Amino acid sequence: MEVTLRILRYNPETDKKPHYETYTVEAEPNDQVLDLLNRVKWYQDGTLSYRRSCAHGICGSDAMRINGVNRLACKVLVKDVGTKITVEPILGLPVIKDLIVDMEPFFEHYRSVMPYLVNDDPPPQRERLQTPEQRARFDDTTKCILCAACTTSCPSFWASGEYVGPAAIVQAHRFIFDSRDQAGPERLKILNNRMGIWRCHDIYNCTDACPREIEVTKAVGEVKMAIATGKIE
Amino acid sequence: MQHEYEVVIVGGGGAGLMAALYASKGAKTAVLSKLYPVRSHTGTAQGGVGAALGSEEDDRPEWHTFDTVKGSDYLGDQDAIEFMCKQAVDTVYELEHMGLPFNRTPEGRIAQRPFGGHTNNETGKPVRRAAYAADRTGHMILQTLYQQCIKNNVTFFDEFQVLDLLVRDGVACGVVAVELATGELHTFHAKAVIFTTGGWGRVWEITSNAHSYTGDGVAVTMRRGIPAEDMEFFQFHPTGIYRMGILITEGVRGEGGVLINDEGERFMERYAPTVKDLASRDVVSRAMYLEMREGRGIGGQRYLYLDVRPETVNKYAQIDGRTFPDGSPYRVTAADILAKLPDIIDFCRTYMDVDPVMQPMPVQPTAHYAMGGVPTDMHGHVVIDEENKIMPGLYAAGEVACVSVHGANRLGTNSLLDIVVFGKEAGIRAAEYAQGVDFTPLPEDPQGYVREQLEALRSADGTEVAANIRREMQVAMFDHVSVFRTEEGMQEALEKIRELKDRFRHVRAGDPGHIFNTDVLEAWELGCMLDIAEVTAVSALARKESRGAHAREDFPKRDDKRWLKHTLAYLDRKGVSLRYKPVTITRFKPKERTY
Repeated sequence: MEVTLRILRYNPETDKKPHYETYTVEAEPNDQVLDLLNRVKWYQDGTLSYRRSCAHGICGSDAMRINGVNRLACKVLVKDVGTKITVEPILGLPVIKDLIVDMEPFFEHYRSVMPYLVNDDPPPQRERLQTPEQRARFDDTTKCILCAACTTSCPSFWASGEYVGPAAIVQAHRFIFDSRDQAGPERLKILNNRMGIWRCHDIYNCTDACPREIEVTKAVGEVKMAIATGKIE
Repeated sequence: MQHEYEVVIVGGGGAGLMAALYASKGAKTAVLSKLYPVRSHTGTAQGGVGAALGSEEDDRPEWHTFDTVKGSDYLGDQDAIEFMCKQAVDTVYELEHMGLPFNRTPEGRIAQRPFGGHTNNETGKPVRRAAYAADRTGHMILQTLYQQCIKNNVTFFDEFQVLDLLVRDGVACGVVAVELATGELHTFHAKAVIFTTGGWGRVWEITSNAHSYTGDGVAVTMRRGIPAEDMEFFQFHPTGIYRMGILITEGVRGEGGVLINDEGERFMERYAPTVKDLASRDVVSRAMYLEMREGRGIGGQRYLYLDVRPETVNKYAQIDGRTFPDGSPYRVTAADILAKLPDIIDFCRTYMDVDPVMQPMPVQPTAHYAMGGVPTDMHGHVVIDEENKIMPGLYAAGEVACVSVHGANRLGTNSLLDIVVFGKEAGIRAAEYAQGVDFTPLPEDPQGYVREQLEALRSADGTEVAANIRREMQVAMFDHVSVFRTEEGMQEALEKIRELKDRFRHVRAGDPGHIFNTDVLEAWELGCMLDIAEVTAVSALARKESRGAHAREDFPKRDDKRWLKHTLAYLDRKGVSLRYKPVTITRFKPKERTY
């Protein structure tokens, strides 16, 4: 079948402002949108630029807006979106070129929540013990691949890039509820501020956008509850 | 622009980040990655990391050592293998201390599952040795190491792609990289350089590997006169999603899944009567090819079924007499499968409309892992000849390196182990070395060679298209330099590669710009892959025996008398020349390999 791709293009070396360009490519129903972008780049227009690597939804490189919603280009198939596809960069981060945005503000928020295990006790010779139930408590948020699909789908983040955003909260959640970690209260304090977790208004765009099917809004809710009650459980 | 770091690490995957954590303790260190480090291919590893922890049943590092030697078809260096398998235990505990969320046993210990080729050496039966985090163990290793790098303020240059290694008077002294965001070239002056750039599965048509797995590290070092070792040994993983090549972890078979042919037969019993579906990967991939050749692919096509439906798992578990660690009969439910293999189920649902708890998965062997690479010793030093002469200042670890711990065939779970053990070792050694030496002065015009290469890609006549050449290379290599090989087939592939190398000179990048010019970099990567394809085909043609992943129909037997040795391939303007070096054998004399 023939698919029409409408892509929001911007090259700071030649363009004053972003504009749409339309390409027609041959496709199979099971092709990924990423395959179509590759087809354009490899055979029609080498200047089209985007990030990609693993091509099966694990590396998190190719988050973009596909027909108006945030998706990974390698996890959306033609049969899911039809033969007229609009592709745009994710919102809320500065566009560098075409579908490539500046990820640095996103990673800055990520780093701000102490996204690493803190445990100052000397480790045992073998592993720290953790029951399967304790391990299950934070399983969902360990799946995050830092693709930014959630944060850049969030109207609160669009309103202010200073908002820490759902991805960073998910990362904080992953450690706050890890029985081995000791810095939960500190992370709660970091998130309990003007540009922190209270900017979340339960809009659920993040949960819909997550390519890993993490229940983002639920995780954010659990962190809010921990702040409100002062209890991590 | 010029930078100065004592240790420069090229590549931000598991090996690079582990090296960075250790090197940065003793030396001013920077990590350069052509991606963001969390995008690295380590993240796609699924099933587990091998270590004889004995969480679930009796196990010992010595058994792990023997299994790895046997799995390597006796081409692995036994001193290095023994080192890795001993280090495995403490290193996996170290990952746990860093925060890695392993699955747990009811007692709270790190959970382990069976994997191909890992056995109890007394009974010969599969042993639970793969420490795992669901089916995203690589993702959790990559995340955990990156988290620790943030905690320890490691310096990163994200989206800096290294295009050249700088060598002066036989000493490595830096690298040249292009900054993707600007197109600017940067020279990194260093006392020690560690290559951790991963593999090159994109040389083949069907692969589990990322688009960015283009073998830059091997190509860059070969162009500076460093040999590539054992390049003829490239692993085809038995279970890639049909036509797409996406990896379906061996952990599926570890959890009890079986391979089924068109007659509904669990055919691995005929090829590996003791461990069956958990034979090592070369053995299983060959069995699959033979089944398909005999017309027993599903519907006569080029795929077979991987079946992990609970009724199938339970049926064969009963036949095999498989038990849980407490001795009770092994039984699974759909919920168990969902809990242990969530990502696999997601891949199958997304890409094939197949639900693995209800339907079998269509699979075919997929190009997966480079056993060969930049030759190193077990401390990460790059060694450049048959006497293992060290090139001062140069290190390599992970898939790009050939220690060799995998020999002719890698066991599942040993790649994640390799990256953490040898990444750490290379990081420690590089920092020690850097503390004891001064900077070697840079060569004149350090960016000259890179400028020349990029200029050629911008100014060629443009009568050839990179994508066509890439496609033709991938098809030729997949048809002729894959699971089974013949003289004629490999010769045909080699001639094709040489023709493509000629045509490559006419490729012009379509993007004339500087900012994120991924067009010119993709073309440059194609040049790397063509060099690698040529070296692989030449190395394979020369080796007139069958060993591990190198299975020749015209020389079907292993020939220890003539071929128990490592290949060293040198690339220069005239082509490829081969030399050989002995295998290190300590405790295990080569013997016939059956599963």
